Amino acid sequence: MTVAPTRVASQVTVGEALPEHPIPLTRTFIVATAIASRDYQDVHHDPALAVERGSKDIFMNILTSNGLVESYVAAWAGPAAVIKRIKIRLGAPNYPGDTMTMTGTVSAVEGRLVTVEVKGVNSLGPHASGSVVVELPEERA
Amino acid sequence: MSATYEERLNAWVGKQLVRPTPAADPVNVPMIRHWVEALDVANPVHLDVEAAHATGRGDVVAPASMIQAWIMRGYAKTVRPQAGADDPYAEFIALLNEGGYTSVVATDSDFEFMRELVPGDHVSADESVESISPEKTTGLGAGRFVTTVKTYRDASGEVLATQKWRTLRFKPKAAAQAEPEKPQALRPRAAINLDNQFWFEAAKEHRLVIQRCTACQTLRHPVGPQCPHCQSFDWDTVEASGRATLYSFTVAHHPRHPAFDYPLVIAVVELEEGTRLITNLVGIAPEDAVIGMPLELEWLDADADLTLPVFRAASAAGEEN
Repeated sequence: MTVAPTRVASQVTVGEALPEHPIPLTRTFIVATAIASRDYQDVHHDPALAVERGSKDIFMNILTSNGLVESYVAAWAGPAAVIKRIKIRLGAPNYPGDTMTMTGTVSAVEGRLVTVEVKGVNSLGPHASGSVVVELPEERA
Repeated sequence: MSATYEERLNAWVGKQLVRPTPAADPVNVPMIRHWVEALDVANPVHLDVEAAHATGRGDVVAPASMIQAWIMRGYAKTVRPQAGADDPYAEFIALLNEGGYTSVVATDSDFEFMRELVPGDHVSADESVESISPEKTTGLGAGRFVTTVKTYRDASGEVLATQKWRTLRFKPKAAAQAEPEKPQALRPRAAINLDNQFWFEAAKEHRLVIQRCTACQTLRHPVGPQCPHCQSFDWDTVEASGRATLYSFTVAHHPRHPAFDYPLVIAVVELEEGTRLITNLVGIAPEDAVIGMPLELEWLDADADLTLPVFRAASAAGEEN
């Protein structure tokens, strides 16, 4: 079968911007992703308990933040790319009803390894910011 | 000899918090499907074997960051945690709680992946303490940054990934405010003796007095038994007008004494009568203090046993003089 093409290092330039990607943060999305990552902490699904623990509502778990950063870069790089590193700093929580917009910029190309600086920003500020390193496939002959 | 809290905490650096713990299940397609569906992952290589083959892979691969999901404790252990008899992680948390660091927020995650995971891989992970910071002041409260490293391995012991995990363990601010029973710290005070008692007694009556030599009429401060000018031991006092000018000052920021408000302006003021006094400025921001500025006396009843003269900027009426 054929799959979508994957970028190779010679097609990537430092400073190149990834397409912006808004992610609507519905309550169902926050709960479904917490459960899919086997995270049953109440602050990720039970609004009353989340408030009791000092949060204004339930909020996205960190496994999902990592997963969204990964899939944002992987979707840009293409299906043959291999994720080598995901490094994020956590900031403003992702609450239901908000939107997190992903942006990225290529910051380094070394051989087949490409570093993308990534930011996921919601209405409160940066939720996750950091970098992802992907290994791109060999140049096609 | 007992170790200090700092020493007991630092003894954890390099130690294992979580012993190698295998995931409940090996990497499997149904769990990958839950993840891919919920996170809306478009990449076909996670579920479609043919797509995986087309990208040079032998089988479907799990999303890289999903590695942490395989070792999550799951529902039953989350809602019904069972404390093990010998659990280093619980011991470490108890030590943090002892220091008042009862709240936690994750600040950083840094994954490095050595290879992709395929169905059948059986992940296990351990976690060790890499570093513990000294106490820092943060927006959430005073706390310590604790960095741990999770090492993920397959059944043969091969390292699949590492994850540095930084959390802030902090004393919640709300809890800090909920300690009104704590008595207000008292200002340090002078040792009172027969030579200086009169001055502090007058201060309690809100009178600023200046010692005067009855032989040569010279005013002196600080107080003492003998005139530095004519060596006479005879003295009385005059009452100061309370008008003064700022002779010099410094601003204390650190270290802080709990009895004082900061920034603390410590001043030498020159009284209208000519003697100088070490005191505090009140109601004057450090950036507004100017040497030579006119000042006027105010009384600070610091506590039941201590009243001290302090100075504020002279009112306009005072400047007319």
